[in-house]
Amino acid sequence: MTAKKNRTAYVNARLLDPASGLDAKGALLTEGGEILDLGPKLFADGVPDGIERIDCQGHCLAPGLIDARVQLREPGYEHKETMTTASLAAASGGVTTMLCLPNTDPVIDGVALVELVKRRALDAGLINVHPYAALTQGLGGEQITEMGLLAEAGAVAFTDGIATVANAMTFRRALDYARTFDLLIVQHPEDPALANGGVMNEGELATRLGLAGIPTAAETILVERDLRLLELTGGRYHAAHLSTADAIEAVRRAKKKGLNVTCETAPPYFALNETAVGDYRTFAKLSPPLRDETDREAVIEGLKDGTIDLIASDHAPHDQDSKRLPFVQAENGIVGLETLLPLTLELVHNGSLPLLRALEAVTVAPARVFRLAGGVLAKGKPADLVLFDLEKPWKIDVERFRSKSKNSPFDGRPVQGVVLRTVAAGQPAFVQE
Amino acid sequence: MNKIVSNTFFPHGHLLGIEGLLAGEISSLLDLSESHVEQNRQANKKRPLLQGRTVINLFFESSTRTRTSFELACKRLGADVINMSVSTSAIKKGETLLDTAMTLNAMHPDVLVVRHPHSGAVKLLSEKVACSVINAGDGSHEHPTQALLDALTIRRRKKRLQGLRVAICGDVLHSRVARSNIHLLNTMGANVCVVAPVTLLPIDIERLGVEIFHDMAQGLKGCDIVMMLRLQRERMNGNFIPSLREYFRFFGLDAEKLASAKPDALIMHPGPMNRGVEIDSEVADDIARSVIHEQVEMGVAVRMACLETVIQAAETKGKAAP
Repeated sequence: MTAKKNRTAYVNARLLDPASGLDAKGALLTEGGEILDLGPKLFADGVPDGIERIDCQGHCLAPGLIDARVQLREPGYEHKETMTTASLAAASGGVTTMLCLPNTDPVIDGVALVELVKRRALDAGLINVHPYAALTQGLGGEQITEMGLLAEAGAVAFTDGIATVANAMTFRRALDYARTFDLLIVQHPEDPALANGGVMNEGELATRLGLAGIPTAAETILVERDLRLLELTGGRYHAAHLSTADAIEAVRRAKKKGLNVTCETAPPYFALNETAVGDYRTFAKLSPPLRDETDREAVIEGLKDGTIDLIASDHAPHDQDSKRLPFVQAENGIVGLETLLPLTLELVHNGSLPLLRALEAVTVAPARVFRLAGGVLAKGKPADLVLFDLEKPWKIDVERFRSKSKNSPFDGRPVQGVVLRTVAAGQPAFVQE
Repeated sequence: MNKIVSNTFFPHGHLLGIEGLLAGEISSLLDLSESHVEQNRQANKKRPLLQGRTVINLFFESSTRTRTSFELACKRLGADVINMSVSTSAIKKGETLLDTAMTLNAMHPDVLVVRHPHSGAVKLLSEKVACSVINAGDGSHEHPTQALLDALTIRRRKKRLQGLRVAICGDVLHSRVARSNIHLLNTMGANVCVVAPVTLLPIDIERLGVEIFHDMAQGLKGCDIVMMLRLQRERMNGNFIPSLREYFRFFGLDAEKLASAKPDALIMHPGPMNRGVEIDSEVADDIARSVIHEQVEMGVAVRMACLETVIQAAETKGKAAP
């Protein structure tokens, strides 16, 4: 076995690395699971023998996407999604790392369960998977979990997933305890009492539809409360899927104050507004709910100025039976792994974000927040890559999703940007035919 | 030898806490305690310096070692001692703390030794009675005789307090022992650090003059003394730690964590120990390093000195009064 055995050269590429600001024609060389070299001058005189050569034909070569918020459904709800189908969906969407929420059955709140998820990810063997662990036992919102032991076992951060830790004392103690080990806490910020019974954004449309609304204040109050607690305790806090102008403004102020806060949003919150649920379209029923146009614009503004650090898909697979129901009874959430990149690139094509900033939000930004190794093109870093055609137009077609579930409000939406190849740890995880 | 020698080193009528005591006062109490250590090892342990005086042990919270230690101290000094615990006291019948105090006060005791679950209760009581009061532990506030006996144990082993590095580890939040020790050790010129999860450290504890660590290996580095605290499980109803096994894994003292301390570091614990929670039996029972039983022995000598001192101070004051 020669030293060059596992070497692959990606030539004729447009190298895009948000971390360093690199945007240049060039080549990249991987060996095994690592990036060995890259740059405009690399292989200017051709690729030596013994190295696999992949011609990128001038397309974009960027760090593989890191999706910070994925509901995996395994164990417990394998009829909606499995580790394998989620991994296939991720790979075809250019995602090389996914962080999966603990709201499975059983809940991921013990060391053995974290190890189970990691082992299942290895079995699937396609991309990197980092499990979140529950912040409170059984997601009950009362007793904090064994964060120290769970972190040692590989839990990437702590969250109650789609549930909010509503009790201020519990959340304060959780922040304090997490600070002991310098761990990150992620909150789904919605005041459960204020949101109770609501199924969509509160406002004129909800009134016309006769549906109970969730006020934007449900999100703002929780974010503001959490930020006060963060100021009191110190520690690391990340607000998941922000959807409202006021909550984003609260984070903006907290960042100015120097608090250790980060936040994310998801594509539906910048690609859609509440009108998408008109006519009771349950496929656009989300938690938090789609908001009005002002909030949508505030989300884009937050991404522009960096208040919102990152974009996660908020992948929430549901079978048809969970969605084809009266609006009130339908489950929340949409699948997102396969639409994360094209919807993020929409912001580039419509002039909202520069390309590198858009890519930053799905690569190095989540790597920084969650302290992961990937998300950058640099020597010695993981060979997690996505090769994509930035311009090519296509229509989203849920029937072509690799995900086991097809619940997406974006079916039929014209987008630009196609994944050509996904590479995880140096190995091809997806190749466009 | 049955007359108290008049001395002027300790002008206080009560011993309510370590905070506010001067280094000289602490040293003198330790010197006096030292004089009782040998006596306590003799066949005849009695030294009737407090003959005719009455001491009441008033315990509103259960205790074995502290109450027994005070009782022995009284008996060895020849005082008459009565033990009252909450289960037998009128408190059970609804009497207030101050009414209990006034009732006992009317019986002319010389010293009340008081333990109470609420911080500040012993001071409140001391303001209402004519006799001396010794704090045997009030809530999470102070436990001065414990800090003194710890200091005596350290001083006998290390020949000094000045300049030693002491790590106080564990449930600092609920601990009166930790607070009294921090005050005493700082006053005597030792370097004190605390090692605990954030949830078990009271806010702004660094303002008491301690360095904070959340990692045992870092906190114990270079320590002369490793002082473990009991995890107060009865007060653990509020999410301070997720489980005992996690606590032991990260904050329980075992041989591996102890390896960060100096090779001749001493292990201390105020008792009662939770083996396998805050301390591994292997280190708790290490006769070369663990001075846990010596602490108990020093307790009697220290309490003798404290009783003697407050009574002497009160009687000197009484004579001086017009």
